[in-house]
Amino acid sequence: MSIFNPPVKWLEAPHGYERVWIGIALAWCLVLSAAMPYWHFKGRQTSSGEAYTVTPADYDARVTRFVEANQVDTRSGLPVVQAPPGGDIYMIGKLWQWFPILKLKKGVEYRLHLSSFDYQHGFSLQPMNMNFQVLPGYDHVLTLTPAEAGEFHIICNEFCGGGHSTMTGLIIVEE
Amino acid sequence: MGNMQKDKMRVCSTTGLPVCLNAELFIKLNAVFGVVALLVGSVAAILLALTRWETVALLNPLGYYQVITLHGLNMLIFWILFMEMAILYFCSTTLLNSRNFSNALSWGQFGLMAIGMVAVEYSVLAGRASVTMTSYVPLEAKQEFYLGLILFAVGALLGVVNFFGGLYIAKRDKTYKGAIPLVVFGALAAAIIAVFTIVHGALVLIPTWLWSIGVLENPPDAAWYRLIWWGLGHCSQQINVCAMVAVWYFLATLTTGAKPLNQTVCRFAFLMYILFINLASAHHLLVDPGVGSGWKMWNTSYALYLAVLASMIHGFTVPASVEAAQRKKGIGGLFGWLTKAPWKDPGFAAFFLSLIIFGFGGGITGVTLGTHQINIIAHNTLRIPGHFHVTVAGGTTLAFMGLAYYVVPLIFRKEYPLRPLARLQPYIFGFGIVLMAIGMTLAGSLGVPRRHPDIDFTGARIAVDMGEAAPFLAMLGIGGTIAALGALIFVVLTVWAVFLGKTNKGRAMTSWQTPEQDRVTKSLMSSGWNPNEKGLKPKGTVVLTFIFLASFAVYYFSNWKALVDVWPVK
Repeated sequence: MSIFNPPVKWLEAPHGYERVWIGIALAWCLVLSAAMPYWHFKGRQTSSGEAYTVTPADYDARVTRFVEANQVDTRSGLPVVQAPPGGDIYMIGKLWQWFPILKLKKGVEYRLHLSSFDYQHGFSLQPMNMNFQVLPGYDHVLTLTPAEAGEFHIICNEFCGGGHSTMTGLIIVEE
Repeated sequence: MGNMQKDKMRVCSTTGLPVCLNAELFIKLNAVFGVVALLVGSVAAILLALTRWETVALLNPLGYYQVITLHGLNMLIFWILFMEMAILYFCSTTLLNSRNFSNALSWGQFGLMAIGMVAVEYSVLAGRASVTMTSYVPLEAKQEFYLGLILFAVGALLGVVNFFGGLYIAKRDKTYKGAIPLVVFGALAAAIIAVFTIVHGALVLIPTWLWSIGVLENPPDAAWYRLIWWGLGHCSQQINVCAMVAVWYFLATLTTGAKPLNQTVCRFAFLMYILFINLASAHHLLVDPGVGSGWKMWNTSYALYLAVLASMIHGFTVPASVEAAQRKKGIGGLFGWLTKAPWKDPGFAAFFLSLIIFGFGGGITGVTLGTHQINIIAHNTLRIPGHFHVTVAGGTTLAFMGLAYYVVPLIFRKEYPLRPLARLQPYIFGFGIVLMAIGMTLAGSLGVPRRHPDIDFTGARIAVDMGEAAPFLAMLGIGGTIAALGALIFVVLTVWAVFLGKTNKGRAMTSWQTPEQDRVTKSLMSSGWNPNEKGLKPKGTVVLTFIFLASFAVYYFSNWKALVDVWPVK
């Protein structure tokens, strides 16, 4: 009985079906464990967490310089920035928008820098449903290759205060 | 043998077990506060469900953030921890034939937790702390929010110390022979995990509190806060897992006469929880900056998934023990042990539904979402609450409800009213939770975020439309409402029973089972049968676990397939 004291000599090896199940479960756990390193080397999606410390003010200034140098258009009151192919591109989350709008080329690899000016934010790229955490004080670098052309929305999926549900952004990918 | 004083104990008229009257008082106090928290949390749940159901869209965003803070704290922290304190008192006294260790410590435990809870409830209800349960810095709540949580945690720590003290005096006074019972062992595992959980809580909340009152100029670093906070936030869920599994073993014995096939295996599985589960906080940081792939993979794999292995072992041993007991009663066939189980006993129904919902729902989704790379397509979407509602609500909460159907008659010595409704309650709650979790998971797969009041992004500069998720959000709303009503039925019946119910002092509790079921279960409990006898082989459980493994593999690999389709990223 599980509510009474066990026999004084309770130590015994598992046997029968129980033993077989433990073996199978262990084997399955090893498969689960092997899958991640396998994907790390063979797969094309991972979160390596590459990041550099930066103060929110410094990062904001960096974004401003990036926008000034590369702005091509304005849309919904936000600058549209045509990024140099294959280079570093910048986006900042601040109450309550993703700034600026980025214009990218399909099939080109970019280093997308993400950080926050204020609270924690969640970079959620739709409709692919790719999600990354954005923290104030950290320049989070994603090495990203847009695989299709079109307009892709970003929403914020980390609670960031009263206007959280209105925080959206845009990435435009051209052929 | 026992060390209880004659005037401070009674013998249970149903089970014949000794009950320490001091411990009984604290079991009652903690259970009452737990149920109050469940009441508040359930009302909040209905408001949230009706907000996310787009057709109703009840609350405005600010109200939604306030209520989601209220819901999370009451359900995940207050309801569950008060119930766990009650379980610790029970395990260190009745099951060890020993007295409560220290009434002073117990009052400290209950008093601090009660004050802490009241402070936090005030803070949230007054709109001073709409920061959600995680209160990620630099979001800032008013100081009583952090202080309340700190007091609550210190109270819980005193309860754990009292439990350890109880184990010590029982051992010293030789109130039992040999090893402690399995259920107490499970509670001990939960208590050990609780210690390092609470240490994390102190580490993260004390500097945050000092910042909120202006002693520290800057908030803690955002990444550091997340790492340490999840040492509190995720490890506390492992206390729940341990406590829930202990309750499974307890209810399995009480409702079917079950006996573990192999005590070594069960205890070893609990030991693996203690050793490996603390790494689980990494699950929340899988797409965070600043922690690398190696760190993420090592911690996600729980050092080769040894804690997952522990759960898979319990997932076999618990139903297998029930099956062996049922077969011992002469019930044959592959699944006769299930079809002829006491499904009208809400203690059994809640326990077994909890086992199925936790295993098939919570376990499979948890491991999959917690896989380093797969987390990219899941982090902070509704898939996450879709996972933890089938662990913490459909699993732990449902198991604790089942426990209450025995605690109230045995400890409060009051009978439940409206017994047909009580028999139905676990099914209502379980069905609602499962429906809601499926809705959440499907909506989350379409990218719908958690902690978000709507999917039309009203007021956003750049319009976004997620209308295709509306049917799944309706499922969430309907399921959530049904589940919350199921919880409220439980609260009403329990409060009714405790305060107005018929007393059963001096006689056995009215059994939930048929006289025949009751008789064979009791005779099994009092006989020294061997669950490993020939003819009791748990064949049905083997089939169930293989169905489980197949479902697991299908869900797991289809998620890898979904990941292939998104943009390359590293």
